[in-house]
Amino acid sequence: MAERVAIVGVGQTYHRSRRPDVNQVELMNEAVRAALDDAQLTLKDIDAVVMGNMELFEGNYLVDMWASDGIGSYLKPGMKITTGGTTGATISCAAFTYAASGLFNTVLAVAFEKQDEGDTRAGLISVRDPLWDRFMAIGAVATFARMGRSYMRASGCQEEHAALLRVKADRGACRNPYAHLKLNLTIEDVMNSRMLIWPMRLLYMCPTTVGAAALVVASERKAKKITKKPVWVQDWVTVHQQSARVHRPGEEARVRTIGVGETSHERAAQLIYKRNGITKPIRDIDVAEIYEPSTWGELIWYELYGFCEPGEGWRWAEKGVTDMEGEFPVNPSGGVVATNPIGATAMIRIVEAALQVRGDAGEHQMTRPVRRAFTTAWGGQNWTVATLLSKSI
Amino acid sequence: MRQEPFVVPGKLVVPYRYFVGRLASKALIALRDDKKVMGVRCPTCNLTYMPPRSTCGRCFSKLEELVEVGDKGTVLTYTVVYHKEPVHPMEPPFVYGLIKLDGADTALPHFIGEVEPEKVSIGMKVQAVFKDKREGNILDIKYFKPQ
Repeated sequence: MAERVAIVGVGQTYHRSRRPDVNQVELMNEAVRAALDDAQLTLKDIDAVVMGNMELFEGNYLVDMWASDGIGSYLKPGMKITTGGTTGATISCAAFTYAASGLFNTVLAVAFEKQDEGDTRAGLISVRDPLWDRFMAIGAVATFARMGRSYMRASGCQEEHAALLRVKADRGACRNPYAHLKLNLTIEDVMNSRMLIWPMRLLYMCPTTVGAAALVVASERKAKKITKKPVWVQDWVTVHQQSARVHRPGEEARVRTIGVGETSHERAAQLIYKRNGITKPIRDIDVAEIYEPSTWGELIWYELYGFCEPGEGWRWAEKGVTDMEGEFPVNPSGGVVATNPIGATAMIRIVEAALQVRGDAGEHQMTRPVRRAFTTAWGGQNWTVATLLSKSI
Repeated sequence: MRQEPFVVPGKLVVPYRYFVGRLASKALIALRDDKKVMGVRCPTCNLTYMPPRSTCGRCFSKLEELVEVGDKGTVLTYTVVYHKEPVHPMEPPFVYGLIKLDGADTALPHFIGEVEPEKVSIGMKVQAVFKDKREGNILDIKYFKPQ
């Protein structure tokens, strides 16, 4: 890249099921003001604004047409981006690219979802192939149930292992002032929650959340002037793959064991590790903020990201490896299963990872120093955005 | 023999509601209950926005000061709709205009009625006509008519 890039300000709203007190623009405005305050900048310092959410989730799809006064993009360059669940990360990566290009020094990225206003499913149906897949748009609950069932059958994982991870997520959420579900859960609470589709219980699935997030990103020269604690964006990668298909001969076995073929998660992780000399994530990365809309996804994705060996994810859950105090903490914020304002969710991973690198996460700050953080985003059934954030360059 | 291309017919139904926020709620209550048209003032830029909004795009100030902008204004521009579409709110021909209310610095999109479309002109002075049964949305103003 032409210029190194750092995150110099982060912001998010508090997250709830409903926000009847604000409209969509006012919701985004809260996150933008928080990020500008965090960077100690004003809108005059911002050269471009990138924003987005999920199309049709609120019954609209070009929010940038009428949100410019509230998000700070009035008369400024920028664009709107929608890429499914990865939206918040793609917006962030666009801001990184803008700042790295040398065209813009300081870039604002804004993401939101106001799920108390629309019909999330109505929006989701339109993402499926209209010819072959749309009639069977089964939604995220069934997709993760299918993955969980295949994984249990193939690996020896029991439901208790998912419950352990769900309680781990809740412990993080209870320490996170912005988190949505803070439930003080026990294993029994989780395993007694309502069964949706075996083995998917209500508490293994993310809530529908209202919230927004924002980042201020700057090129190296500018970043050093703005803050004493820049969080360097070491690398980012996006991998796309078509959803719901077995692509190549040989993938059938994979579908049987984890319910999916070769995934964009594996490809993205391998790519970003290789480019950055990461050979053993558990040693080379200090914390991960991953996009896990369901606890069943989290279990399997430990393996797909190469955190652990195939079939070992549930053993990690048993040993507490990914607890905040564990050897390889994952989602100290409480993660997506506790808070999922869809368009903003992937940006919140980056916000939380940046806070961990800075040491500013508060009650859910890791006690060990964080030099390098890894984030992921997931969309459709096979899109991944991964980023590496670093304390030093 | 010529064959028709295969198509998959479909229809998306996307229901939604929109929470208007505190500031617009106050403005809509004034419109519904008192037939008062409210804008919001930015003290920094010395501008009054109509429709009201809670942030000034120019200076990024939070806006809270609702002010009455009155029910009379000027047509800044307009267009006459002659063709019929399912999304249109009324039978053609009808007139859409941008109306700058006397107490505002920005224009409000609305209908212009009680006038032959051919007689509407830029700069025409108009006045709001309110519905008898008002519900708290911008269509509580039926249209603007010539003063």
